[in-house]
Amino acid sequence: MGARLRTVAPPLVFGVAFIAWWEAAVKIFDLKPYFLSAPSKIWDQFANNKSLIWEATRVSGTNALVGLLAGTILGIAMSFLLSRYKILGDIVTPLAIALNAIPIFVLVAVLNNMYSITSEIPRRLMVTLVVYFIVLVNVAKGLTQVSPTQIELMRSYAAPESAILRKVRVPNAVPYLFTALKISAPAAVITAFVSEYFGGAQNGLGSRITSNIANSKNAAAWAYVLGACLLGLAFYLISIIVESAATPGGAKRTSGRSQ
Amino acid sequence: MSTVSVSHLNKIFNTGKTNQVDALVDVSLTIEKGEFVSLIGPSGCGKSTLLRLIANLLEPTSGDIVVAGKSAKQSRLDQDYGMAFQQAGLFDWRTVTKNIELPLELKGWDKAKREARSREMLELVKLPEFADHFPWQLSGGMQQRVAIARALAAHPPLLLMDEPFGALDEMTREHMQAELLSICAKTGTTVVFVTHSIPEAVYLSNRVVVMSPRPGRITKIVDVKLDGHRNETTRERPEFFAAITAVREALRAGGGHAHTGAGVEDR
Amino acid sequence: MNPLVQRVIRRSAMFVAALVFIAALWEFYKVIGPEDGGALFGVNIFPRANSRAMPHVWDMLSRYGRPELRSSERKIWRVVLAGAWFSFRLSLVGFAIGATVGVALATLMARFKVVERGLLPYLVVSQTVPLIALAPLVVSWGGKLEVFGYEWPRWLSASVLGAFLAFFPVAVGTLRGLSSANPASLELMDSYAASWTQTLFRLRFPAAVPFMVPALKLAASSSVIGVVVAEISTGLKGGIGRLIIEYAREATGDPAKVFTAVFGAALLGLAMAGLVAAFDLYVMRHRPKEAL
Repeated sequence: MGARLRTVAPPLVFGVAFIAWWEAAVKIFDLKPYFLSAPSKIWDQFANNKSLIWEATRVSGTNALVGLLAGTILGIAMSFLLSRYKILGDIVTPLAIALNAIPIFVLVAVLNNMYSITSEIPRRLMVTLVVYFIVLVNVAKGLTQVSPTQIELMRSYAAPESAILRKVRVPNAVPYLFTALKISAPAAVITAFVSEYFGGAQNGLGSRITSNIANSKNAAAWAYVLGACLLGLAFYLISIIVESAATPGGAKRTSGRSQ
Repeated sequence: MSTVSVSHLNKIFNTGKTNQVDALVDVSLTIEKGEFVSLIGPSGCGKSTLLRLIANLLEPTSGDIVVAGKSAKQSRLDQDYGMAFQQAGLFDWRTVTKNIELPLELKGWDKAKREARSREMLELVKLPEFADHFPWQLSGGMQQRVAIARALAAHPPLLLMDEPFGALDEMTREHMQAELLSICAKTGTTVVFVTHSIPEAVYLSNRVVVMSPRPGRITKIVDVKLDGHRNETTRERPEFFAAITAVREALRAGGGHAHTGAGVEDR
Repeated sequence: MNPLVQRVIRRSAMFVAALVFIAALWEFYKVIGPEDGGALFGVNIFPRANSRAMPHVWDMLSRYGRPELRSSERKIWRVVLAGAWFSFRLSLVGFAIGATVGVALATLMARFKVVERGLLPYLVVSQTVPLIALAPLVVSWGGKLEVFGYEWPRWLSASVLGAFLAFFPVAVGTLRGLSSANPASLELMDSYAASWTQTLFRLRFPAAVPFMVPALKLAASSSVIGVVVAEISTGLKGGIGRLIIEYAREATGDPAKVFTAVFGAALLGLAMAGLVAAFDLYVMRHRPKEAL
């Protein structure tokens, strides 16, 4: 009991103190709303605009979800190819490492051109692309970085490559898939979000935030930010739940980097 | 004046709780200047705890520890001892020379003095060519030699060692034992040495302190009657076997096992 | 030939091969793809393959040699390079601020367990939450705020956003690194009666470096993202973000133009990554080489 308290109490105390300080600072220093809004006002706006916020969240969230699913499926499929043909891995890995460093969401500007102005496809494609590379790199690692002892064992059973794949590589790759999921779920939300800054349909969270600021409704903008954070958290929590549901006995730790 | 004097030492972990451990109960021991004393016993007998109490890395529950005429704490602050562990514990990012200079840096020695001393220590452990190498370029035995050089860099009167050769293979181990004795003969350092190995304890020491667990205590102190220099033939002399037998019997008496006692080797 | 140099050459060759492959895919789609886009199961998933929407690769490359505007003589590659350089400097400032604050906070957390227990959960959570949502808010401070009598310059918002995004991974990574010191080595420092600060600089920080490097890589790319998003939000003059938005608007008349800016943004990201990679090589030069 004491140990539990020690883990939970400090973050709670810090969190509450931070919000209280924020509220006080706005009042004491008379901070203008265009700089910082008081937490109480933000909460008001959030409560009042619940349905609007939910709508915007739904749009951005759907884009993120579609991209997440598509990217995961494509990434897994491609990773099988990569594990089979080493040369593909050699070509794709430097590319993936380079793409990690680049703000690839700027490609949305290009994608917007290739589709009609009201289409949600560019954003979904962008998310798909981002998720695809994360999943690809991690799952390919899981399929190829297998313990040599296990491979030797299977060879001694005269097992064909397909059996090795099914019985050794795939089970080994499962924790890597979940690592990738835990990274790509938040990345999907962020990408869906940022893609909205490039024009196109203006009904998602990102565009709502910008329009509220343009109309000097900063507290409302903060409320949408809160919505976005909740969306990101929700995606992450779902990925954790999926992981624990699918791995009885606890998740295995992998290196967990997105490259 | 003895170098180390321990009287009626008690160390209890988790006092009053269900997992209370009586690591040491009423331990008394005196170690004279220039002596080489080994602590040997099965797991849980408190030998490492005793070493750490002397080093002031732990505080006793009750009892006295006097090191070099001062309290254990003052001795640590004055850097009156050097310590070596089973893992050489060298810093990967420092060269061999810089590793040896670490305690000297902390004491505020100036550059010239440090360099002179580290060169001297490298000569002592016979590794002068490796001054600018990095630890990962050295073998296990060589790393331990550097660790010993580091422990002796400030010329402390006392050397505390916690199974420093435990991770080495048999041949390197015997070689290192001879090296250690030759170094200590040159520097006249007092040594307290924790080990699992009976032959090692007997080969190195003037006296072997046999300990037993539950509660941790000293069962017997065996005088090793091997006069003169130790060398390759020492391990074949009758006095050597007599001492080994004495230690083994003391361990058996303390541990109550049919064999040598859990966790003690016959190597 | 030095094996490291060999590996770099091989990797670069593979990277170029990948780019060529992608370019080939692009052109291939232009040949077989529907001119006005197509649908799959009712979803308009196939992009338009005409030259307005998808210019040829060689058009994109040749566009660099031509002037930016019909009215000016200035070649577009100069403009894009200047924009990338502008954003690079902002990213660098953001990265420096974020990394410094991150390291400082990590040190504080290593020193005071209470601070670690209180703040670490928030730091970890922050990596799953789209902090970038705050971008428009932060950039709106530009031109309206006054700090100690100085007006908040608009470009600083971009750097602050970059710093904000860079700070979190550096704090988490540095803390992990500082806590990774070998317990035996900590005991050794104890036996030297070394102070906490002495142990910090001689043991914990050097031990933390292998953990800080991947965090710094992430921080560099996060800083770039923050800066570019801020530029896009405000249309910050001089930055590559604004160029992308501007050129995207002209895409119907000049389809290859936007690609020049997009590649410029890529160059920006690679430059920052290259900086951290150079730092990595320097700082780990004496350490045992692990598999790269």
